[in-house]
Amino acid sequence: MAGPSALVLFGVTGDLARKKLLPAVYDLANRGLLPPGFGLVGFARRDWAAEHFAELVAESVRTHARTEFREDVWKQLLEGIRFVPGELHDNESFERLKRTLTDLDESQGTGGNHAFYLSVPPSAFDMTVAQLRRHGLADRPKGSWRRVVIEKPFGHDLASARELEKKLAKAFAPASIFRIDHYLGKETVQNLLAFRFANTMFEPIWNRTYIDHVQITMAEDIGIAGRAGYYDGIGAARDVIQNHLLQLLALTAMEEPASFGADNLSAEKRKVLAAARTPADFDLHTARGQYATGWAGGVEVPGYLEEQGIPADSRTDTYAAIRVDIDNRRWAGVPFYLRTGKRLPRRVTEVALNLRRAPHLPFNGTDVRALGNNALVLRIQPDEGITLRFGAKVPATPMELRDVNMDFGYGTSFAESSPEAYERLLLDVLLGSEPLFPQPEEVELSWEILDPVLDHWAALDTPPERYASGTWGPQSAFDMLARDGFTWRRA
Amino acid sequence: MIVNLTNTNAAGVQQALGRARHHVGAASGLVFTLVVLAELSEYDEALAACVEAGREHPSRILLLTNGRARADRLDASIRAGEDSPGEIIALKFHGALQHHRESVVLPLLLPDLPVICWWPGRSPKAPGMDPIGRLADRRITDAMGDPDPIAALEVRARNYCEGDTDLTWTRLTRWRGLLAAALDAYPMDVTRVGLSASPTNAAGTLLAAWLSHRLDVPVAVDRGKPGVGITGVVLGSETDEIRVMRTDGNLAEFSAPGLPSRLVALPRRDVNTLLAEELRRLDDDPIYAEAMASVVRRIDRAVSRGRGRPE
Repeated sequence: MAGPSALVLFGVTGDLARKKLLPAVYDLANRGLLPPGFGLVGFARRDWAAEHFAELVAESVRTHARTEFREDVWKQLLEGIRFVPGELHDNESFERLKRTLTDLDESQGTGGNHAFYLSVPPSAFDMTVAQLRRHGLADRPKGSWRRVVIEKPFGHDLASARELEKKLAKAFAPASIFRIDHYLGKETVQNLLAFRFANTMFEPIWNRTYIDHVQITMAEDIGIAGRAGYYDGIGAARDVIQNHLLQLLALTAMEEPASFGADNLSAEKRKVLAAARTPADFDLHTARGQYATGWAGGVEVPGYLEEQGIPADSRTDTYAAIRVDIDNRRWAGVPFYLRTGKRLPRRVTEVALNLRRAPHLPFNGTDVRALGNNALVLRIQPDEGITLRFGAKVPATPMELRDVNMDFGYGTSFAESSPEAYERLLLDVLLGSEPLFPQPEEVELSWEILDPVLDHWAALDTPPERYASGTWGPQSAFDMLARDGFTWRRA
Repeated sequence: MIVNLTNTNAAGVQQALGRARHHVGAASGLVFTLVVLAELSEYDEALAACVEAGREHPSRILLLTNGRARADRLDASIRAGEDSPGEIIALKFHGALQHHRESVVLPLLLPDLPVICWWPGRSPKAPGMDPIGRLADRRITDAMGDPDPIAALEVRARNYCEGDTDLTWTRLTRWRGLLAAALDAYPMDVTRVGLSASPTNAAGTLLAAWLSHRLDVPVAVDRGKPGVGITGVVLGSETDEIRVMRTDGNLAEFSAPGLPSRLVALPRRDVNTLLAEELRRLDDDPIYAEAMASVVRRIDRAVSRGRGRPE
């Protein structure tokens, strides 16, 4: 259970707050993980009364919470709910916020512990942090804590990431800054650590001797869905590869940490990210695309350039794929392929380790024609679980071999529904537990990997290759793997 | 359980499927996705065949039909844990959506597993070029489902591409086995082959093409004898004959040199059984490819000799 504390949500009217953060707060309360002395403060540019805000919270909890709505839990939560109407640049607003927090500390017993969640566009980070500092909201009286939570993107390249880091460090101590990569809060991602380091049978094959190549995929079936302002100019590589996919790569490829404490875990991730590099020729080993008008999943959808608010000559990538090699003894010669895209056929995130073919197959050529390579697939979402693919004999044939799947499904082996990533992460913020949050060095190393690719793409005088909405991306992405003798899995 | 959805899309089907699966226990161990492209009138028969095939091969089966509603609409009906171990998803396309069926099929294919397409009735000229056929590793057609089976077989043969099979070929499995075993047991230098089949029987055309290719001898086809399906095959040398005569479509009379004639069960099999058998092999079949090439050669040769189509 978290200690007495108040959570301040900037940008509380946004999608993330309504669909994820507010429901997660309720779910935590419902699971008995929030203390009696808990306060929730919404800050937004709305002229709302406190009751109106409480209604909005109730509405979003009823619609999006994972656990059932219980009146008593809601009553407990409601006592600590406050709303501060205000603007980020307005000093009076922050003074109001300060008074509200002081009042909460006294009336609710939130103990002077305040977490500030910045669910605002990256362009507003600076202003918000500066205002918090100016009004003494970041100052920590003895025996209490102040924490700040920021969402990706952490900058748009190495230089801007360092700049952001510097500004945050002026107001908050390093251990008080929490960078949210919500993927790391997912049960399946945490299970990756259990899978690798709690078992005997996988470690022996977790290396170049047995693994042929690795594919890490995050596919979305939706388009930019009204996020034009945020997305254009950022693109798929910055939005997803820099954080989610490189973090998944790090967790998949790193060595065993001495403990799961933040320092030890981050040390291993940093080591492997420092050993990771992109290939020399980006034209051959990277691909970028932009979705075009088409039919996706039975619905006619506009292309990226036809989306509202997108300039007709935009070169933003909505699909990105890169090859990454890791220069260490475990992984030398094993390519890691990272891909992400919008308007792909279905929503899926997975890490697929493809094993080498058996050194010798004592079968007829025709018998093994339908036999693929063994594979181990970690399904991050949806349908969370693990698939092991291997060959088996087809019954009623002389010796015909075929691939079969052995499935572990989270939903069936553990009947309790998994907590949402934000539940876990919000709780960790309130507890001050850091291991599931990327450290600034990891963020910087990830930019170091990606920056050269982004620079290369920016220097090209061709736009990204168009791909029909509802398909698995541009032809150049398929060519990129074919060049190395592989094909993308149909995820 | 059966879940019905009206006016949905691929994401809607996926969600309902996830819930249904959770409800009946995970549909684990599925081996492939079978996409069935049927006419509305064939729906019941196709569904029965799907259930049957699903028993031998636990799989996700997408049963596609075109509906008659004017609106651009997709209706779906999901059966999970009902009568076979896999999942059967019936998709009915209305309006303009009928021209974009692949956009719904693609997201519903099982990850990484083979995809097989089956056209129980009419099939496109070149299944390998069909928008949905292109997604598949194997394409199964059935010339006997066409009003003119022999013409349909010819079209199949001319447009053959790797991964295609016609159930006509599967119907011949036992005939081919019996004839090959007979030649092994009673070796002879075959110089002539006679085959009789009912007038519209495409299997007879294909068996004749296979025999003429494998034995490299002329094969005469007689379409005038009474009976159903293939009614007889005679493999002859200068002096001897191997004869398989089947007039009732069920029991055949087999005779070979120095052997009193005996009865062999050679039943015509229903489509469900043929499909389940065909699904055992997922790689392409070079022997079938040769037989289909031979079908084309025989027709071209006959046409060029001015005799019209053979038979």
